[in-house]
Amino acid sequence: MGRTALIKLRPRRYKKGDLVRVDSVIMHPMHTGLVKDKKTGKIIPAHYINKVEVYYGGELVTSIDVNASVSANPFFSFYIKADKKAPLKIVWKDNKGEVTEKTVKIKPH
Amino acid sequence: MNRRNFLKMTAVAGAVVAVSPAVPLGLEAKAQPKKRSFEEALKEITKGKKPVESQKVKLIAPSIAENGAVVPVKVEVVEPIENVKAIHIMADKNFDPWTCSVHLTPQNGKPYFSTRIRLAKTMNVYAIAELKDGSFIMAKKPVKVTIGGCG
Repeated sequence: MGRTALIKLRPRRYKKGDLVRVDSVIMHPMHTGLVKDKKTGKIIPAHYINKVEVYYGGELVTSIDVNASVSANPFFSFYIKADKKAPLKIVWKDNKGEVTEKTVKIKPH
Repeated sequence: MNRRNFLKMTAVAGAVVAVSPAVPLGLEAKAQPKKRSFEEALKEITKGKKPVESQKVKLIAPSIAENGAVVPVKVEVVEPIENVKAIHIMADKNFDPWTCSVHLTPQNGKPYFSTRIRLAKTMNVYAIAELKDGSFIMAKKPVKVTIGGCG
């Protein structure tokens, strides 16, 4: 639960059954395991997000397999059909077992 | 310090700088990141099938990226969402060409995905869409990178 994450819905007001774009960002260094630390000269060990899961009302809607070649502070954007009033939960998992969760409510007007 | 010594030292320093990038390459092979060729990575995703280039996959990426560490990529597939199972993004000359795979469901409403990726140098970016019948369609776009982003 440690990391800062942000979820934004576009557009902000939507009707039932509309397509809503979900923009998500998480603060993560995404070390590839190839870069050397400039001060110590040692290779920074790989530390990156490798799985993102999106749940809408408890149901797995989208899952993203991620490799280290995604930029630092990864941004993912996708659509969702807002046809029910339910929470949208995004779970980020990294290769060291760290898990971050963030939930937003989807309530169509 | 006289001129002779100075020249000697710069030559040595230059040699050290030139050699040092070659040293960690051997170490990297043993560490967990694995270098793969594009064909190998593609085979793992498509399981031997050949993706067909198609106008139905729309890949939006800048033709010139100033910073290879952050290259925005947007993929849209002109197909009903029920027909699209997954979208894969690849970059052929990266250390590991496979970048990410998105598995979609009909609840998504629209086969669309956007993210930001790293590119080590100038190369082609591929968007491969996996359809329901098991076939693959793809689009590619060359991206020119001025500063590489994979370290």
